Amino acid sequence: MEHAVETTLTVNGAKVTRRIEPRQHLVDFLREELGLTGSHIGCEHGVCGACTVRVNGEIVRGCLMLAVQADGCEVETIEGLSDSRELAKLQKSFHEKNALQCGFCTPGMLMAAQDLVRSKKKVSREEIRAHISGNYCRCTGYQAIVDAIDEVIQGK
Amino acid sequence: MGKAELPLHAPGTKVDRGYIGQSVPRPNAARLLQGRGTFTDDLRFPRLAHVAFFRSPYAHAKIKKIHFEKASKSPGVIAVFDGPTVAEYCTPWVAVLAHLKGIKSPPQHAIAIDRACWQGEAVAAVVAESRTQAEDAVQLIEAEWEELPVVVDMEEALQGKKIIHPEYTDNICFKREHDTGGVDEAFAQSDVVVEETFHFGRHTGVCLEGRAILADYNAAEHSLTVYHATQAPHMMQDIFSRHLKIPEANVRVISKDVGGSFGIKVHVYPDEMATAAISVILRRPVKFIADRLESFLSDIHAREHRVKVRLAVKKTGEILAFDLDDLTAIGPYSVYPRTSGIEGNQVVNLTGGPYKHQKYRARMNVVFTNKNVTCQYRAVGHPIAVALTEGIVDLAAQKIGMDPAEFRRKNLIPDDAYPYTFPSGIKFEKLSHHQTLDKLLQVMNYDALQKEKNDLRKKHVYRGIGLAAMIEVTNPSPAFYGVGGARISAQDGATLRLEPTGMVTVMCSVTEQGQGTEAIFAQIAASAVGVSMDKVRVITGDTGVTPYGGGTWASRGAGIGGEAVLLSGRALRGNILDIAAAILKMEKAELDVRENNVVSVLTGEAKMPLAELGRVAYFRPDTLPMDFQSELTVTRHYTPRQYGFTFTNGIQASYVEVDPDTGFVRLLKHWCVEDSGTVINPMLVDEQIRGGVVQGIGAALFEECLYGPDGQLLNGNMADYLVPMSGEMPDISCFHIDTPTRQSQLGAKGVGEAGTAGAPGAVMNAVNDALLPLGARVTAMPFTPERILKALKKV
Repeated sequence: MEHAVETTLTVNGAKVTRRIEPRQHLVDFLREELGLTGSHIGCEHGVCGACTVRVNGEIVRGCLMLAVQADGCEVETIEGLSDSRELAKLQKSFHEKNALQCGFCTPGMLMAAQDLVRSKKKVSREEIRAHISGNYCRCTGYQAIVDAIDEVIQGK
Repeated sequence: MGKAELPLHAPGTKVDRGYIGQSVPRPNAARLLQGRGTFTDDLRFPRLAHVAFFRSPYAHAKIKKIHFEKASKSPGVIAVFDGPTVAEYCTPWVAVLAHLKGIKSPPQHAIAIDRACWQGEAVAAVVAESRTQAEDAVQLIEAEWEELPVVVDMEEALQGKKIIHPEYTDNICFKREHDTGGVDEAFAQSDVVVEETFHFGRHTGVCLEGRAILADYNAAEHSLTVYHATQAPHMMQDIFSRHLKIPEANVRVISKDVGGSFGIKVHVYPDEMATAAISVILRRPVKFIADRLESFLSDIHAREHRVKVRLAVKKTGEILAFDLDDLTAIGPYSVYPRTSGIEGNQVVNLTGGPYKHQKYRARMNVVFTNKNVTCQYRAVGHPIAVALTEGIVDLAAQKIGMDPAEFRRKNLIPDDAYPYTFPSGIKFEKLSHHQTLDKLLQVMNYDALQKEKNDLRKKHVYRGIGLAAMIEVTNPSPAFYGVGGARISAQDGATLRLEPTGMVTVMCSVTEQGQGTEAIFAQIAASAVGVSMDKVRVITGDTGVTPYGGGTWASRGAGIGGEAVLLSGRALRGNILDIAAAILKMEKAELDVRENNVVSVLTGEAKMPLAELGRVAYFRPDTLPMDFQSELTVTRHYTPRQYGFTFTNGIQASYVEVDPDTGFVRLLKHWCVEDSGTVINPMLVDEQIRGGVVQGIGAALFEECLYGPDGQLLNGNMADYLVPMSGEMPDISCFHIDTPTRQSQLGAKGVGEAGTAGAPGAVMNAVNDALLPLGARVTAMPFTPERILKALKKV
């Protein structure tokens, strides 16, 4: 840890300061240093979207951002957005429509979906499919996920 | 027999099915939706060490010497291991089954000794205080190699000019021939013979959660607790016990949340066995999580078949005979303990499966190559058998100028022909091919769709419709593995316990991989006992807690585990009524359990809440008759015995558009009509079918593990190996015909593999239908734009 860099960031509303190895990715930091295991690691090369978290209001791949780059940033994870109930509508809709099976992709999928919901655009099913096209789900046929997001966006 | 004891499908009865058939949400999904599940990599242990593997960079090479000096001194390193050291603690295995006559495979070690046989085979391990440190140290290992001749092509492997394993005289792992007799005569009598060679690319499961294991050896107890992302905890308990020489009762396998399996997580992996052995050696918990790159190199691959098929047909459309020659390559070892002979065996069993021809001949060779191993992955053999059958059937229909739906109708086994023995020897209890075909044509509006397709061709829009009828193996009996000597349980058990508050705890040996097992067990248990679903808790995936059983594979969870839960629930209800009768001083037959209460059968009047019955039974048994002992925990087991497999049937259709300029295939719509018997939760079943269809579409259009001539995997990452993402996937409509199996009270057949079984064939036929007016045809999956453009002679 001789090259560790003191880094201060806000995670789910709480300020944390840690000495971080510069090579550590944000998702590894969240999981290993803070015990926030809701963000998952699926590919570690930015394709699958399982590690999607929100940094300063934008969704990012936790495996493509270094933790030290989050110095001074506001980071939000599935745990934080669940407790704040920001994801409550999507979670309810996902649950009722069985828009998950193993649940490994689900935190990242919800972060991506909420990004669309927050935009307040009335998007089509095709646009929903396009928006979550960076989030891999091997279990469902994506259809229930699209249905669940569509329901929240349409305000049904 | 009271009405509650009748089968759910008993004719003429109106049995209260409770939650069975209802689309209730899964109770256990709530934690996953908040990121509060517990996957194996989420566990935190004191003194946890992390292992990373040094893997062979060569497809075939002698390991002359491994230099660990630098790695051992790397920060955080606890220990380094080579093959012989780990072998002192973990015995090798040989994956053969007695009923696959002649199958052979050399002993395989947890870490390779002397020789690596595929690129990615683990040849050394580094244990460190963190995974990062372990990976750092792996980079510092230096090995001296002597490259050996490489066999990557399966035709070359079959020829046997280069032999992979020096103890053998050929590269053949297993071969099978089957002949009903009369095939040549049938071909001589036919009006038309069609022939085609199909190629099926090698692909893999790409579970989003990599393989995961945390082994925790307790030296004081000589006990091993393994947290394992697996589909078969009891099978793994047996294997850890036998190969690490720890008494079975001292081994406990716990599967927490598992991030997708699809058959990938039902096999014995050398690196996982090494992790368990290293925990024993180091006397501390050790964790291994396969990262994505090593998943591509070491998770089982599947398929890779070259199949030549011939069909003899009369001008009237009657199929007379199938003649099959299948060649499949499995890598250097048969995978333990299920063997790698099963997929080819399934292709022989299932080819031509929906049809009523009587003559069938098949030849099948399974060969070794220097690529990663292959084994059973979702729908094992079905996608190949269905696609080659339906592909050649379409070609025959085309040759004699008959509509493909009509051609199928003419040849499908009649719905009143059951029980039926198919020419490959498999037996069908009751299938509904004609009902599913009729339903499919109706829901997809077949005639109108054909007209739309034909009209669009005049505007140079090339659309195609593809059908794929199928049969599927579900609910396997011991005939699948047990008879061959594998210690793989075909039976499963469920324990139900009424808690003092009137809640019901269910413990079942079938595991949850996300498909909704725990939810359907809660539905069945609630319905069988007579409680509301919120009163039920389900525990699976712990050999220390649940009854013994096989776990999740071969579409068996609902049909076998579900039946055990039903039988156990009914027994518990009976025991509850014994206590109620004693407390209320009434006859048992006058009482029933409904909506958490003991009620009068006649009036439905609530006599006593189950919470009160529980209080008396557990805390005031002194008030019960002197000779009465309540039994509020019951266990029941179930084994399917009457048929080797409970076959299901279904049919799929795909509607696609091919762009002849780019070779891209656009999926417009997909339909599936499935007969899986009693459907317990339609919502879960439908999305599981859709997920399976999407996996099958991946096989048809995107996914292939590409190897160079030197045996190097060329696309082992998610950027280069394409998987289906939401943007390209169509909406998929699911429909059902319900023909319950009469073997069980529940009547459920399996459904988990149906989508994957049929989709590749349906998509292939749709693509070829679209290409037909352009004079092109594709037969090698996946149908990439490059292959389609080549077929169109544009590149």
